[in-house]
Amino acid sequence: MRNIHLILFCCATFAIVQSCKMKTAESAVSGDAASKVYVAPGKYDELYNFVSGGFNGQVSVYGIPSGRLLKIIPVFSVFPENGYGYSEETKPMLNTTNGFVPWDDQHHLELSQTNGEYDGRWLFANANNTPRIARIDLTTFRTAEILQIPNSAGNHSSPFITENTEYVVAGTRFSVPIGDQDVPISSFKENFKSTASFISVDKTTGHMNIAFQIVLPGMNLDLSHAGKGPSHDWFFFSCYNTEQAYTLLEVNASRKDKDFIVAVNWKKAEEYAKSGKGHKMATEYAHNIYDEDKQIASSTIEKEVLVLDPKDCPDMVYMIPCPKSPHGCDVDPSGEFFVGSGKLAALIPVFSFKKFTKAIVDKVFEGDFYGIPVVKYEAALYGEVQKPGLGPLHTEFDGKGNAYTSMFLSSEIVKWSLKDLKVLDRAPTYYSVGHLMIPGGDTKKPYGKYLIAYNKITKDRYLPTGPELAQSAQLFDISGEKMKLLLDFPSVGEPHYAQSLPAELIKDKSVKYFDINKNHNEFVTMGEKNAKVVRKGNRVDVYMTAIRSHLVPDNIEGVFVGDEIYFHVTNLEQDWDIPHGFAIKNNPNAELLIMPGETVTLKYIPQKQGVIPFYCTDFCSALHQEMSGYLRVSPKGANTPLKFGTGVIADTLSKK
Amino acid sequence: MILVMVNKRFPMQFCHYLLILKNYKNYMKRIIFLQIAFISGLFILGCSSDPKSASNESTNTSTTSPSEKTPSSSAVDDSKGSGKFTDVKLTHPIDQAMLKKGQPVYDVKCGACHKLTDEKLVGPGWKGVTDRRKPEWIMNFVTNTDVMIDKDPAAQAMLEKCMVRMPNQHLSDDEARNVLEFMRNNDGKN
Repeated sequence: MRNIHLILFCCATFAIVQSCKMKTAESAVSGDAASKVYVAPGKYDELYNFVSGGFNGQVSVYGIPSGRLLKIIPVFSVFPENGYGYSEETKPMLNTTNGFVPWDDQHHLELSQTNGEYDGRWLFANANNTPRIARIDLTTFRTAEILQIPNSAGNHSSPFITENTEYVVAGTRFSVPIGDQDVPISSFKENFKSTASFISVDKTTGHMNIAFQIVLPGMNLDLSHAGKGPSHDWFFFSCYNTEQAYTLLEVNASRKDKDFIVAVNWKKAEEYAKSGKGHKMATEYAHNIYDEDKQIASSTIEKEVLVLDPKDCPDMVYMIPCPKSPHGCDVDPSGEFFVGSGKLAALIPVFSFKKFTKAIVDKVFEGDFYGIPVVKYEAALYGEVQKPGLGPLHTEFDGKGNAYTSMFLSSEIVKWSLKDLKVLDRAPTYYSVGHLMIPGGDTKKPYGKYLIAYNKITKDRYLPTGPELAQSAQLFDISGEKMKLLLDFPSVGEPHYAQSLPAELIKDKSVKYFDINKNHNEFVTMGEKNAKVVRKGNRVDVYMTAIRSHLVPDNIEGVFVGDEIYFHVTNLEQDWDIPHGFAIKNNPNAELLIMPGETVTLKYIPQKQGVIPFYCTDFCSALHQEMSGYLRVSPKGANTPLKFGTGVIADTLSKK
Repeated sequence: MILVMVNKRFPMQFCHYLLILKNYKNYMKRIIFLQIAFISGLFILGCSSDPKSASNESTNTSTTSPSEKTPSSSAVDDSKGSGKFTDVKLTHPIDQAMLKKGQPVYDVKCGACHKLTDEKLVGPGWKGVTDRRKPEWIMNFVTNTDVMIDKDPAAQAMLEKCMVRMPNQHLSDDEARNVLEFMRNNDGKN
């Protein structure tokens, strides 16, 4: 027995030494962390996690709690991997009033909501650089619509949504002169404006339209969130640079003690818009919609936008002072509290919606900002979280009365109580957390359980891969009183905001393949019998089919250097996960991935004569390597007759 | 946290260890017995799950070369396969309406791999298929494809021959029935 005691003592000593060691950057992970994130082979994750891609312009989808990357959804960036932005069907998605813009900076995501809860229909994504909003269909995990935002620059406080997805908002981070005027930069105060656009979403189709655009003074709108419950009619935007600096903002936009939370009564704005208080302004912006029936995107240039000026619309906009260049602007599940996080503040102000509305009724104003009434700070304030840490950025909620705020400078998550604003717990992050996300953490009913920190700096968290590293996400268990770090997982692009919902809400609605009988693509080939090659002038349309494991036609002759050849490839398969790929040698384009039942088009203009192989790029069967063909390219002016076929080259001339 | 766990778990493990030492002899006997039982079990399992065992049945049915014309009576597979179809009612003469609807189903979903002659393309030619297979087998195969390929002896034999799993083309029940009529017409049935 003495031996046992001795061994136990040694073990205990060892454990103590170990746990001391773990308080370093290697992080303290408790013993059962592995089992909490382990998803056995063949089993599914509990949640989908949609993560913004930042400068990769895409959205990535992870499984939680495993942190496994499930998919990358191309949104604002071309994606040679599946042909998005390269196929004729998807090129219009990236059209703008400045032509084809193949990249963007994608920061925030919002899942559609009904009654303040996720309904699993759509995911909205913003583009910062060339202001745009995208809608992603959660049955196909594809970008279904992209709407450009006029009179905007740095579309950052976007795409936050109202409780029933009535509106998606788009607020400008960079004020610019409205209407692309050519004015001196130093005329900021006179000429520069920020705008908050309210985009209506059709309840059935999801189609977006700019309902109205509120013109605000020149300043930087940063982030936003809609009210809920009692504050349903309101939208809250944080803003900075109310100093109206236009150079060295780092210093010049950090002078004032307080900037503002801009509170917009969107219900009022809606009434004003309907009653003709706005004015229609001529402008141009692209509206791109992917038609699932016709399997092709179209791009329309819209010509006007309805503009509302707060001067003409009393009671529509109010300002609430908020300390030190606020960044995050978050509303708690009850809708009574909203939190502004001053990046440079040493405290977190929590505002009360009740007090805010009372202050308006009682007219407790401290002045105005370009005619917009400014409510007294104390009159709207519920209280301040004292000494939370350094550099508060974003706050999410667990639905149990607690708030969690990310602290960029002190690199930690701070848990605090909404009731008494006392700090309850702190957990270090590795390193410098930006956004944080609790599944459903910005809705009426947070799912809670987990919190994910999306860190801005990775350093030594993974095996080094040269100077450029993956980003670092960290999963915490927040089901208990103390936060517990469970897992590090690398993420692609540069994640900003994210959304997460229980898998049950969407997994069974996922489309497995497209019904070929409902394929109304103009260039569909309904069966090999209809495969053909048609020439009209120098345009050649190849109606091609793909099925395991051959292409029809796979021999084509009679095309010439400089011809515009369109390969319309129809995948005849009708089973889940049997895509075919399609690539052409020397084509300065990308490949296609064609899902079962779908038709996708790849354009090819041969530059030189020769015999050009094409083939299936997606390993589809045991005879995948055989799934290929040849295109004979003859010199311009040659008289090679048009022939095509599979098995035997038909001597048939094209019918037209 | 770690300290707490050490205290809770280690004594349990040690007690267990001592118990094992006491009953060491009995324990070893039991272990040897279990090992033997386990290994025997493996053998039994291995035998019954051998997919090749299915090939016995298939040799005299579906491996018959499609080029052999006039299939002998021994080449007829009486199996109805597995799936929802247990009794398919055929009409004489064939149903023209169904036949008409069966043609486009063949063109779009089947024709890429199956010729209407007895020539094998990716899959076997369809000439004589309604003589080789029961109508129920055909309808089960085209609607319950993956299960049939995994379990049905005749379907497995075809897989070994063609080396391509027949794609599940998700035919509806009606499409399957219409295509069956199209096959019967192709075989000159009335």
